Amino acid sequence: MSAPFRLPSGGRIDRSKPLTFTFNGQSIPAFRGDTLASALLASGKVLFGRSFKYHRPRGLLSHGSDEPNALFSVDRGPGRVDPNNRASVVDVTNGLTIETQNHWPSLDFDIGAVNDVLSPVFVSGFYYKTFMWPKSFWTKVYEPIIRAAAGLGKPPVAPDPDRYGNRHAHVDVLIAGAGPAGLAAALAAAKSGKRVVLADEQQEMGGALLHETTAEIEGKPASVWLSETLAELAGYPNVTLLPRTTVFGYYNHNHLVAIERVTDHLDRPGETIRERLWQFRAAEVVIAAGSLERPLAFADNDRPGIMLAESVRVFINRYGVLPGRQIVFATTSASAYQAAIDARKAGVDVTLVDLRTQAGPEKALAVSAGVKVMSGYTVIRSEGTKRVKALIVAPVDASGKVSGPRVRLVCDCVGMSGGWTPSVHLFSQSRGKLSFEAERDLFVPGTSVQAERSAGACRGTFDLAGALNEGFAAGAAACGSAETRNFSASPVMTGFKAVRVLPTDENPTKVKAFIDFQNDVTAKDVGLAVREGFHSIEHVKRYTTTGMASDQGKTSNMNALGIVADILQKPIPAVGTTTFRPPFTPVSFGALINLNRHGLFDPARHTPIHDWAAAQGAVFEDVGQWRRARYFPKPGEDMHAAVLRECKQTRESAGIFDASTLGKIEVVGPDAAEFMNRIYINAWTKLEPGRCRYGLMLKEDGYVFDDGVVARIAEDRFHVTTTTGGAPRVLAHMEDYLQTEWPDLKVHLTSTTEQWAVIAVQGPKARDIIAPLVDDIDLSPEAFPHMAMRSGHICGVPTRMFRVSFTGELGYEINVPADYGRAVWEAVYAAGKPHGIVPYGTETMHVLRADKGFIIVGQDTDGTQTPDDVGYGGMIAKAKPDFVGKRSLARPDCVAPGRKQLVGLLTENPQELLDEGAQIVADPNQPVPMKMLGHVTSSYPSAALGRSIAMAMVADGRNLTGKTLYITTPKGFTTAVVTGTVFFDPKGERLNG
Amino acid sequence: MLLIKCPYCGQRPETEFKCGGEAHIARPEDPSALNDEAWADFLYTRSSIKGVLAERWMHSHGCQRWFNALRNTHSDAFLITYEMGKPRPAVDENGELK
Repeated sequence: MSAPFRLPSGGRIDRSKPLTFTFNGQSIPAFRGDTLASALLASGKVLFGRSFKYHRPRGLLSHGSDEPNALFSVDRGPGRVDPNNRASVVDVTNGLTIETQNHWPSLDFDIGAVNDVLSPVFVSGFYYKTFMWPKSFWTKVYEPIIRAAAGLGKPPVAPDPDRYGNRHAHVDVLIAGAGPAGLAAALAAAKSGKRVVLADEQQEMGGALLHETTAEIEGKPASVWLSETLAELAGYPNVTLLPRTTVFGYYNHNHLVAIERVTDHLDRPGETIRERLWQFRAAEVVIAAGSLERPLAFADNDRPGIMLAESVRVFINRYGVLPGRQIVFATTSASAYQAAIDARKAGVDVTLVDLRTQAGPEKALAVSAGVKVMSGYTVIRSEGTKRVKALIVAPVDASGKVSGPRVRLVCDCVGMSGGWTPSVHLFSQSRGKLSFEAERDLFVPGTSVQAERSAGACRGTFDLAGALNEGFAAGAAACGSAETRNFSASPVMTGFKAVRVLPTDENPTKVKAFIDFQNDVTAKDVGLAVREGFHSIEHVKRYTTTGMASDQGKTSNMNALGIVADILQKPIPAVGTTTFRPPFTPVSFGALINLNRHGLFDPARHTPIHDWAAAQGAVFEDVGQWRRARYFPKPGEDMHAAVLRECKQTRESAGIFDASTLGKIEVVGPDAAEFMNRIYINAWTKLEPGRCRYGLMLKEDGYVFDDGVVARIAEDRFHVTTTTGGAPRVLAHMEDYLQTEWPDLKVHLTSTTEQWAVIAVQGPKARDIIAPLVDDIDLSPEAFPHMAMRSGHICGVPTRMFRVSFTGELGYEINVPADYGRAVWEAVYAAGKPHGIVPYGTETMHVLRADKGFIIVGQDTDGTQTPDDVGYGGMIAKAKPDFVGKRSLARPDCVAPGRKQLVGLLTENPQELLDEGAQIVADPNQPVPMKMLGHVTSSYPSAALGRSIAMAMVADGRNLTGKTLYITTPKGFTTAVVTGTVFFDPKGERLNG
Repeated sequence: MLLIKCPYCGQRPETEFKCGGEAHIARPEDPSALNDEAWADFLYTRSSIKGVLAERWMHSHGCQRWFNALRNTHSDAFLITYEMGKPRPAVDENGELK
């Protein structure tokens, strides 16, 4: 296909580098430097998509990142399909495949366009008003159909093969935007020697200078000044230039985030990272974000071929593309005259219609350039469906009313301008307060909150010399200098008259004058919302959806705001603006997720024995960040079978269990015992070195916080263990009290979780198994009783050996330095083989402890249990004057009768397994809502008992022992009898084997 | 992301820190001497103001030390950070350090 609308010369494209890409299956020629938009326009394409709600044919509105209509699915190869890309910002590369969106069966013939005919019913709030009944239809019928019919692109299905980078940078001056103001700011800041970053969202730096073919700066054509300035800036070692980098978020304390597109403009993706997420911490920020052109609201202002006036100029001057051969400009702004003059220079027939009766000096310039100028004319409507064919205009009188016969202007392109809106997005994100200039109809930066300053068009300074001067002063001020500079630059055409909806002689409730193109919101929709009582602009936005979606209302917000203000007869500041939120433009999830995926999403912690367990075929589970072996299935076994076998074998001979994940804290110092007394409910003063005690810890509110066995190693040294998940918060809790409440205590706390591997050997054969491996510890029951700790060696490796049991069996927990964990584990396992040792995982550990009624903090407790609630009230050292949580245990609600207490539950059918979390009631026939007594906290099939067992928190539970309660199941209520919590070996005889 | 100056390590990003709530609420010397109301007040009542608040912070991914800070809860500006045990610096009616 040829490019009939490409001008023979001009533009910044590289005509020596032809490219081709595919658009809906058709090959399109382009040059390096083209965007999808410019290349498609050059080929004569103007129909780029169907609109969100009415499926109206849409073309291009803009040349920049504010484009609402031309959203494409871009295919860069397998896994690199990306929906909703703006045609105006995607650089053409060789072999790109582009598809348009939101139409069926085709872009040219779209069934959904019937919505346009039915539009009288699709008023604002249509969904809320229509799909109310029957209620159940919403999720099953209405929503799926609406979601299928509406929406834009389709999400990609293949995993993203690209990598994304992340960089943190501390800079002295960050300049957002490299138009005239940003470049001048960079020139000023560069000289200071400070670290300067200049970031700009476009493929080339220069902003409006990239399409400036008339103006001169410092006596040189703007393009020459631009290339000289960029070369000068590139020569400064302290200046970093970041093109293709959008500063999209401005957060607290001058933390700004930007996205750099690294490879999307290259023919071959994937050779390096696709995008880089920059996180800047800037001492000072200069915002030079430019401004956004406002569209005009008139009937059918959305037809393909109707675009912003400046965009017409950009396509001609920067890309060498004619958007049409008969162009009409419709404007209330002086800037459109320059566009008209440039279009005329490109050799086409140009008419300009200005609503203003009084134009400035721009009029004479345009007329002398050959532009037909019609002052004091409004636009009634456009003609044409898939491409604009004509513009119907009519004269207006001084009061703004249509005052004469209509004129039909034949055209194939319309450039419209309703003036300019400063891009105050970053300023507002920084929490700066906007101020409103009523005379110029502009929100501009007012009071700053952070160390930033705005310069140029984003501050309402639209003329070239003014923007340069302001930018330079801002760059200097950001470096602490008061230096200024007076740039000489050509005057440019500025000034506009703000008009919300163009005057018309048609019934305004019948015409579709689009305000928000992306969401299909018309002026009458906004008006209807206000009449229905939505007076807050935030409510109007949500009710009509104006200003939402990927363009975030860049082109629509001011017009919508103005309409609301006019109807309410309030000044615009009294209506207010909606909140500007990051990101400024859409950012890929890949860049935000960045490296935090796959194995880096949440780093896994592995014990020294992990690889052994994996080689044995263990099934793992996540416990906090730890990967723990859950069970060790033999071929053909499911979890249930494996756990029953592991339980049985452990109680019959012995089991070996990796307890390395237990949290461990070394508490050391002359005041260690006193510190332990204050932190735990238990008494520690009299615990002899070489003995262990089960410790229970409360928060100040009196509720169980953590538990674990503690060994006293020496008078001034305790080896504390915590739950696997609780280790960091227990250390933090201890440090908090030590540092902030008792800084006088001489105690050091050290996390030793990862220094020790812990091998638990449990079962009647445990002593026989380890005896041959231990050199210097007397393992006899007299010398090394239950709840003792001995230091010595196993397999020649130093050990702290605990004789403790979380299973009810004779057992040891062998602590060895982590580096020896695997070797000692394998030695113990080999020694245990003749005795029938079995490796077991966390699931078996849970069952074995439940047989004995041992609690798991966080499973049987939920942060609202006192020690007495879980049956551990007897552990409290009542003689201690104080410990953390003690006073709270005397609160009225902690001593009130009827609190929930931990009890055992045995189902009547011994094979029935209760659901953990199931609710418990006394009488299933009581009226709803029923009185809940509590819930099941633990439930397992017990190998030792040959039946199911459960624990539960039940109101006044211990007084209900022997009673039958009713427990919910998916099939209705079942029954269970309340028991004690110790199901197996209630006298604890097996421990002492 | 806030920038917070640890009194021991210097300025670090917020993600290295943990906030511990309002500062200068000392644990009573003898909790058993307090009646239920006074104890509940110590446990649960916090000022939750809009303006300058003294807060406890801990440099959890750093030196692990607790310190205090004056932060404006409206603007998120940190006026000052200071070591545990030091008195709360005075602030004038405009929310600035005296």
